[in-house]
Amino acid sequence: MPGPLVVLAAAGLLLFLLPLAGLIARAPWAEVGPALRAPETATALGLSLYCSLAATATALVLGIPLALVLARTRGTLRAVLRALTTLPMVLPPVVGGVALLLAFGRRGLVGAPLYAAFGLQVPFTTAAAVIAETFVAMPFLVIAVEGGLRSFDHRYEEAARALGARPWKVFLRVTLPLLRPAIVSGAVLCWARALGEFGATITFAGNLPGTTQTMPLAVYVALETQPDAAIVLSLVLLAVSLAILVGLRDRWLGAP
Amino acid sequence: MLRAEIKLSLGDDPFELDVRLEVGAGRTVAVLGPNGAGKTTLLRALAGLVPLAGRVELDGEVLDDSRAGLHVPTERRGVGLVFQDDVLFPHMSVLDNVRFGLGRGGADTAREWLDRVGLGDKANARPSELSGGQAQRVALVRTLATQPRLLLLDEPLAALDVSVRADVRRELSRQLHDFSGVRLLVTHDPLEAIALADEVVILEAGRITQRGTPEEVTARPRSRFVADLAGVNLLRGTGRDDHVELESGATVAAPEAGDGDVFAVIHPRAVALYLTRPEGTPRNVWRAKAEDLDLQGERVRVRLSGSVPLVAEVTPSAVRELGLDRGAEVWASVKATEIAVYRA
Repeated sequence: MPGPLVVLAAAGLLLFLLPLAGLIARAPWAEVGPALRAPETATALGLSLYCSLAATATALVLGIPLALVLARTRGTLRAVLRALTTLPMVLPPVVGGVALLLAFGRRGLVGAPLYAAFGLQVPFTTAAAVIAETFVAMPFLVIAVEGGLRSFDHRYEEAARALGARPWKVFLRVTLPLLRPAIVSGAVLCWARALGEFGATITFAGNLPGTTQTMPLAVYVALETQPDAAIVLSLVLLAVSLAILVGLRDRWLGAP
Repeated sequence: MLRAEIKLSLGDDPFELDVRLEVGAGRTVAVLGPNGAGKTTLLRALAGLVPLAGRVELDGEVLDDSRAGLHVPTERRGVGLVFQDDVLFPHMSVLDNVRFGLGRGGADTAREWLDRVGLGDKANARPSELSGGQAQRVALVRTLATQPRLLLLDEPLAALDVSVRADVRRELSRQLHDFSGVRLLVTHDPLEAIALADEVVILEAGRITQRGTPEEVTARPRSRFVADLAGVNLLRGTGRDDHVELESGATVAAPEAGDGDVFAVIHPRAVALYLTRPEGTPRNVWRAKAEDLDLQGERVRVRLSGSVPLVAEVTPSAVRELGLDRGAEVWASVKATEIAVYRA
C-alpha cells in the first residue's frame, strides 16, 4: 500500500478520535453524578428511550411489509418505491421536519381534515416526535431487511407451502424467523438513528421539556446555558451508542 | 391418477414447456432429460408454483384449468415436494420440521415417521447437525407425513455424496413402495430411474420425446440423449428394404430396414475394428478415424469419425494388437444382423 494512503487513513481516523478525546478529556467528572441524578436528565433520557423505541416498533410494523413489497416488485415501480424509501436517508432532517409539518400541521394536507374532524393536533406532541424519528430512521430498517431478502432462498417458502402452510403461516413461521438477522441489525441501526434524531424532531415536534425534548435536544439547549451538563448528557449518549456498537459487532459491523 | 396438459413459458425465455402426462395411482414415473429440458419447471408447474396454460387433474379433482381461470394454490393441492437439497427449515428442530405440515398433535405422528427411517434419536437436533443423507431422509419424511396425493421428487439424490446415495436410494425405494399416491421423480441419473421408476418419460427441450418402461426406452432410443444413456450408437436415415441410407451418403446394411425415416441402433460391442479391409462376409465395412480412446472398466471405448460416426468398444489387448491411437486410420465393420432398425 502506498505510504500516503496510510497517512490519509490515519488522518481520517483522527477525525473520529479527536472529538471523542475532547469529550472525555473535558468531561467534568465531579459533576457527572449530580447531573445524572437531575430530574431533567432522567426526563430527557426517558423520553428519548420511549420515542426511539416507539419509532423502532412502528418502523418494524410498517417497514418489514414495505421491504417485502420492494423485494417483490420489478422495473420502474421498484425504482420509484426504492427512491421514496431511501429519500429520508439523504434528505436534510430539517427539511423532513418542514415537510412533516406541511403534511400533519394544523393547516397541512392531512393535518387540516384531522383537526376539523377530531380536533386532533399532531405537531408539538410526543406522537410528533415519534413520527419524526420514524420518518428519518425507518429507511435503515427497510434497506437492511430488503438486503436480507435479496439473498433469501425462496425455496423455504415454497417448501412450507407444499407442506400445506397458508400465506400467514409461511410468513410468521418461515419468512420472519429466517430474516431475523437482517431484521435485528436493521432494527438496531434504526433505533440508533432514531435516538440521535435532532433536525426533524425539533422542527416538527418542537422542544418542549417532558413532551418532545429528547436527549439530543436537551444537549443542544444545555450547551447554551450550562455547558457542563451538556457534556455529561453527551457522555450518556456516547455510552448508549457504544453499547449499540458492541451489541452489533458480531452481527453486522464485525469481522466475517 | 394424475392427468396433466401443461404449456408454459418463463418470462422472455424462448423456452416453452409443452407436456401431456398421465400417471396412474401407485406408480412411479421418472422424468429423465438433459439439463435445461424443463424437468424442474414441470414439477414446479404441477406443484402450482408457476402459472401454466392447460389443465391439471389429480384423482378427479381439477387443480388447474387455465381456460376456466381455475388455479388451486400450492398449499391446498395435496402435493408433496422434495427438493434436490433438503430445504429443511434451519431454525427448527428436526421434529418441528416434520411436524410443520401436520395439524395439532402432530408430534406423535412426526416421531413415528422419524423412527421409521431410523432417525428417532435426532428429533431434537438442528438440521445443521445432520449429515446430507440424514437431512434428505428427514426432508422425505416431512413430505410423506402430510400424506400427499401426488409426490414430486426433484433430483432427491443428486446433492448427496456417492457413498450415501445408495443407502438413501434404498430408503427412498422402500418409502415409495409404501406410498399409494402418484409419484413423479425428476432425475438425470438413469440408474436412479431404473432403480425407482415403473415408467420413464424422456423430456427434451420442453417436450416428451419418449416414454415407456426403462427397458423399452433404452432398447429403442429415439434421441441422442437416450442413446447416450443406453450407451449405444444411434443413426438416422432412410430405410430401403435391406439397407439404411444415411445423410452422409453412406449405407448401412440391415435386414428389414423398412422404408421411410428410420433409426438404426448399433451396440458399441458389435463394432469390430481392423487395420486392413477385412475379407469375407460382413457387408458393413467403413473407413474410419479414431478420434478418442477412453478406458471404461474392462473395455476401451473408441470414438470414430467418418461417413458413419460410431463408438466402438474393444478390449485393451485389441487396442495393443492394432496399435490403436488417436488419429489412427482403421476399418470398422458391423454384422448386418447386429443392427436394429425401427421407424423414426
